[in-house]
Amino acid sequence: MSAVASPARQAASGVRARTLNRIVIYGLLALFAIFYLMPLFVMLVTSFKTMDEIQNGNMLSLPHAPTFAPWIKAWSEVCSGLTCVGMKGYFWNSIKMVVPAVLISTLLGALNGYVLTKWRFRGHTLVFAMMLFACFIPFQSVLLPMATILGSLGRFGVTLQNATGFNFGLGNSTVNLVFVHVVYGLGFTTLFFRNYYEAFPTELVKAAQVDGASFFQIFRRIMLPNSLPIIVVTVIYQFTNIWNDFLFASAYAGSGDVMPMTVALNNVVNTSTGVVEYNVNMAAAMIAALPTLIVYVVAGRYFVRGLMAGAVKG
Amino acid sequence: MSTVAETQIKLTPEHDARPGASVRSRLQDLLPKIVLAPSFAATIVFVYGFILWTIYLSFTNSKTFPSYAITGPRAYQRLWRWTFESDPPSSWYTSITNMGIFGFLYIGICLALGLFLAILLDQKIRGEGVLRPIYLYPMALSFIVTGVAWKWFLDPGLGLEQTLHQWGWTSFHFDWIKNKDFVIYTVVIAGVWQASGFVMAMFLAGLRGIDGEIMKAAQIDGASAFQLYRRIVIPLLRPVFLSAFIVLAHLAIKSYDLVVALTSGGPGGSAWLPSNFMYEFTFKRNEMAVGSASAVIMLMTITAIIVPYLYSELREKSR
Repeated sequence: MSAVASPARQAASGVRARTLNRIVIYGLLALFAIFYLMPLFVMLVTSFKTMDEIQNGNMLSLPHAPTFAPWIKAWSEVCSGLTCVGMKGYFWNSIKMVVPAVLISTLLGALNGYVLTKWRFRGHTLVFAMMLFACFIPFQSVLLPMATILGSLGRFGVTLQNATGFNFGLGNSTVNLVFVHVVYGLGFTTLFFRNYYEAFPTELVKAAQVDGASFFQIFRRIMLPNSLPIIVVTVIYQFTNIWNDFLFASAYAGSGDVMPMTVALNNVVNTSTGVVEYNVNMAAAMIAALPTLIVYVVAGRYFVRGLMAGAVKG
Repeated sequence: MSTVAETQIKLTPEHDARPGASVRSRLQDLLPKIVLAPSFAATIVFVYGFILWTIYLSFTNSKTFPSYAITGPRAYQRLWRWTFESDPPSSWYTSITNMGIFGFLYIGICLALGLFLAILLDQKIRGEGVLRPIYLYPMALSFIVTGVAWKWFLDPGLGLEQTLHQWGWTSFHFDWIKNKDFVIYTVVIAGVWQASGFVMAMFLAGLRGIDGEIMKAAQIDGASAFQLYRRIVIPLLRPVFLSAFIVLAHLAIKSYDLVVALTSGGPGGSAWLPSNFMYEFTFKRNEMAVGSASAVIMLMTITAIIVPYLYSELREKSR
């Protein structure tokens, strides 16, 4: 066919086909963009509507008279079960849990990665493999023993409290969750730093050693200053994971005023006393989503890199 | 005694000959292991030890509280019996069939959609920098938020159905989220929405890593775009398929939050996955042994997928 067509006509039809092709591609991409944005869009517009407008209006229409009332209510007076104190307390619970857990697990991951690449010993691959496998276990398989241990520690904490007037954090849900997230996050943080330090020139470490630098001096002066990218990746990854966790949170801090954000949100949405205020629910969901969304918007590149590093192992 | 110490000192002449310094230098040599030890010990105790503990519990008669008298594989026998109890379906039967449906569709659709979007985005698209983050942001949300958003969106009285009715398509009917036979498919929809953008990013990175020369050579040989992708690009992306499969498979088996937030378990527990089964039986129905047995089965399923993968990855690296 093309052999007999004149070059000019062939070129013309080629251009037309390509234009059509481009239109189809852009159309499909736009369609999928709508698919991904839709739930967030609905959540956002609903959170600014009055209940009246939600019941009588269209889900997709913009709010006629945008109101911040649902957000204020979600923050300071929405009911979770029978307690109506808003999300603010649970928000701080999450912060108090996330910050120490992220810092500790990142620091330990950096040290582990440093040892596993620059101070190798016999069996270092096996140690790493065992820590790596821990990333993948379904947490259901450790949920119950951990609950038992945390329960015993809590009782021991009460005894200490009675004896010394101080419980050393034993039995405190935030402390428990920090501990749990550090333990089960170690695999990932170690993986991140190990892979990063693997590519770091060992000659530099050797040279510093000859100059008499100690283990920690090398870590502080040479490794850490060169680790900024992987620290950012690890912190973002851990922050997102721990903030979004629901299983551990619901098992070890599932009720009362110690709940983290995810558990509280689930309770708020499923609280069925009185009229269900969808706008307030959506505002509460947005408040729960905002910290990780902001991190994603500010440092999306690092976020993706962390996910990739977690995916492409070894 | 002193001769042993002397020979040791001679072996390491750069160290000071005083015994105190020798202890300190030996401590220096041990330091890396001392630093690693707490993490490794925590892994041994809280991962492997706890797994053994769970396995142990699954062979006892634990109900509300753990009991430590072994009573044999009764919990597994019950699960085995329930596996075939389809009329009326036991909640275990529902959980594992749901796992099959959810796992197959979730992994399959995420891979297909991810690859498709990555190929589209790889056509020198203007505005790629805007589109990519739009496809990927759901991965930053918690399953609970995703569940809340989609619960609203799929609710027949409030969401999509209501909207289309208002636009005049009054015969449109979509109540899967309230229908016990279809509720698991809504979990698939929300799950795909959340993870497919990430799979897209993995494929896109893979596509960008393919040598342009190979593509050019194939184009000169007259390969059509379709042939080019089918015969050359997709086979080259095999490692990405494997990584994406591993990530998706372990996300699928771990899925718990999404079912809770989106469906609250579905009508009569019809949206349960094994993870929900485990949680409910252990903490709500006072059947700790059965819950533990189901956790062990989940663990074995993941192990069967992950261990060969990790083994090959680590061996390749050390070669």
